[in-house]
Amino acid sequence: MEYFIELFLGGLTRGSIYALIALGYTMVYGIIQLINFAHGEIYMIGAFVAYIVCGVLTIYGFHGVSILIIAGLLAVVYSCAYGYTLEKVAYRPLRNAPRLSPLISAIGMSIFLQNYVLLAQTPDFLPFPALIPDFEFMEPIAHIIGSPELVILVTTLVTMIMLTLLIKYTKIGKAMRATQQDMSMARLVGINVDRVISTTFVIGSALAAIGGVLVASYIGQVNFYIGFLAGVKAFTAAVLGGIGSVPGAVLGGLVLGLTESFAAGYISSDYEDVFAFGLLVLILILRPAGILGRATKQKV
Amino acid sequence: MKNLKQSLAVSLWFIFLTFPLMVVKVNTSDKIVQWRWMNILWVGLAIFLLSFVWRHALARKEARQMAAQSGQDDLNKPTRIQAMLEDQKLRTRAMFALLIVALAFPWVFDTYQSTIMISALIYVVLGLGLNITVGLAGLLDLGYVAFFAVGAYSYALLNHHFGLGFWTVLPVGGILSCLFGVILGFPILRLRGDYLAIVTLGFGMIIKVVLENWSDFSFGPSGIANIDKPSLFGLKMDIAASTTYIYYIMIALVILTVIVTGRLKNSRIGRAWIALREDEIACVAMGIDMARTKLSAYALGAFWAGMVGVMFAAKTTFINPASFTFMESAIILSIVVLGGMGSILGVILGAMILILMPEYLRAFSEYRMIIFGAAMVLMMIFRPQGIISNVRQKYQFKGLKEKTENV
Repeated sequence: MEYFIELFLGGLTRGSIYALIALGYTMVYGIIQLINFAHGEIYMIGAFVAYIVCGVLTIYGFHGVSILIIAGLLAVVYSCAYGYTLEKVAYRPLRNAPRLSPLISAIGMSIFLQNYVLLAQTPDFLPFPALIPDFEFMEPIAHIIGSPELVILVTTLVTMIMLTLLIKYTKIGKAMRATQQDMSMARLVGINVDRVISTTFVIGSALAAIGGVLVASYIGQVNFYIGFLAGVKAFTAAVLGGIGSVPGAVLGGLVLGLTESFAAGYISSDYEDVFAFGLLVLILILRPAGILGRATKQKV
Repeated sequence: MKNLKQSLAVSLWFIFLTFPLMVVKVNTSDKIVQWRWMNILWVGLAIFLLSFVWRHALARKEARQMAAQSGQDDLNKPTRIQAMLEDQKLRTRAMFALLIVALAFPWVFDTYQSTIMISALIYVVLGLGLNITVGLAGLLDLGYVAFFAVGAYSYALLNHHFGLGFWTVLPVGGILSCLFGVILGFPILRLRGDYLAIVTLGFGMIIKVVLENWSDFSFGPSGIANIDKPSLFGLKMDIAASTTYIYYIMIALVILTVIVTGRLKNSRIGRAWIALREDEIACVAMGIDMARTKLSAYALGAFWAGMVGVMFAAKTTFINPASFTFMESAIILSIVVLGGMGSILGVILGAMILILMPEYLRAFSEYRMIIFGAAMVLMMIFRPQGIISNVRQKYQFKGLKEKTENV
């Protein structure tokens, strides 16, 4: 039973990270129907910036939580900047192009960013310092759930509540929902659609950066390639939940995380990825629109 | 002046953007921070110049689009290259010359050059195969390398366990990966564009994970060595001779692929693929069987990958899962995209450029992937039709024109 709970919590932790990244995919997809393949790279850049800031700060003699906060903030700032620029350079000129074009452009951007980090930094795996301290009050249950897991779960929860509030109650959230429903209609009622799209990219990138910093400090290493698999998994999560739907992305992330965790724990850890993609194919056959997605009729 | 200011702002923005990654480099174990200030200068300068080019190119593209919309610019007018391609006489002569060059190649250059050429030709066939799926039928396949792996492993395993020869397995490998294409095709028939991309990507990864971990079947990450080279009536050949032999087999395979895909393109099924790419709903409304069309595009695309996979295993005599990564799929896709989706000549040219360039520019080989990525983005923005754009076959009824003129 304890093993079950351990796997469950492990799956939950992993799933909430997937959910954080999946939100970026799903929000962008909801508005411009584009799989932002480079989103995983934004996540990787977030983790890398955090690594660099941490390294510099440690060498210049900072300590503990202050590093975590500064590194986290800078990672978010830089990821947002990259997300914003990415949209402007690679996707905006293709706004009215056939649908395959921005997708290929996104794959190109993903390859570009990966190799940019590879050339600018290093192809090696770098040790990421454990930024999250062990809390004392966690001692009695530390064998089931560690402090990093708790921090990840709480951070994800808080982020998601904030995101929901943002989408539901703020002006920009309203504009985002309107643009998602009908872009040209939104433009007619005076919404600056380009700005809404930029904002969506920035928000998605911020979420990815938070995920990146949390994962890097949890797993303890960064590399230029981490973004690719994380991105693919997160996209799988977004599709599972029904792409375009925000609660769907969270649900999809959790389902995927739990599936992987249980499959790895009870069957074989070598085939983790196979189970993830197997689940995706299965869900897409049974419900092509995803768990929470609405099937939309395509009009001619 | 305004442009100058704008470019300055852009380059400042990029300096900010690239600062932590380009300038700072930390070594946490030795506690050293390396500041590479010179990089700021390079980034600033490069972006400053590039932003001018970028703005100019975008403006030109927009102007062209505007002109096309108002009907001033005749988009249907064939460009010079297209006109040259249309010219029958020129075409036969060029093809003849090309064939002679291709046949003479291994006698003029040494074995090393032939080996490089063989790998380029392998990518030509891969590109042409993927061209069926992506270029003609518009089904984005990001796991194409999986079919390549199926072909390579079917030869390696059949050869290892049963001692089957190259010529026996060549069609078998093609058919096996064709079957895989159909098996993969069935569940995802209902999916559209983007979902398809992610499922094929997943399929590519599943194949790699299985090959890496199912050691009893595939010998795991260590791969399979000592695969037989192709035989010629049991002749013993040294390395140079067998390279030449493989080269000629490859040339034959390329010619076969070009002929078959060229014929397919203008056949009934080829037109169905193109129609499917243009508009799925209208296509179904016209009575085209969507399931069969999509499946055939998948299966035929996979078939070539399987054949050339057998070829690849026979050429390298050693395979392991590391040869079948997503990057390979991305390279093949960029060959198709950069060459020109749907255009056979474009794909051949694209494969030659993308595979041969890094071989001869060894000094830049580490920049290969970053250039790939950038080229894919730039190509999509400024020249979405590729190096050589696809020309649809036109049918003209000559008699009618003369008649009307006579009347």
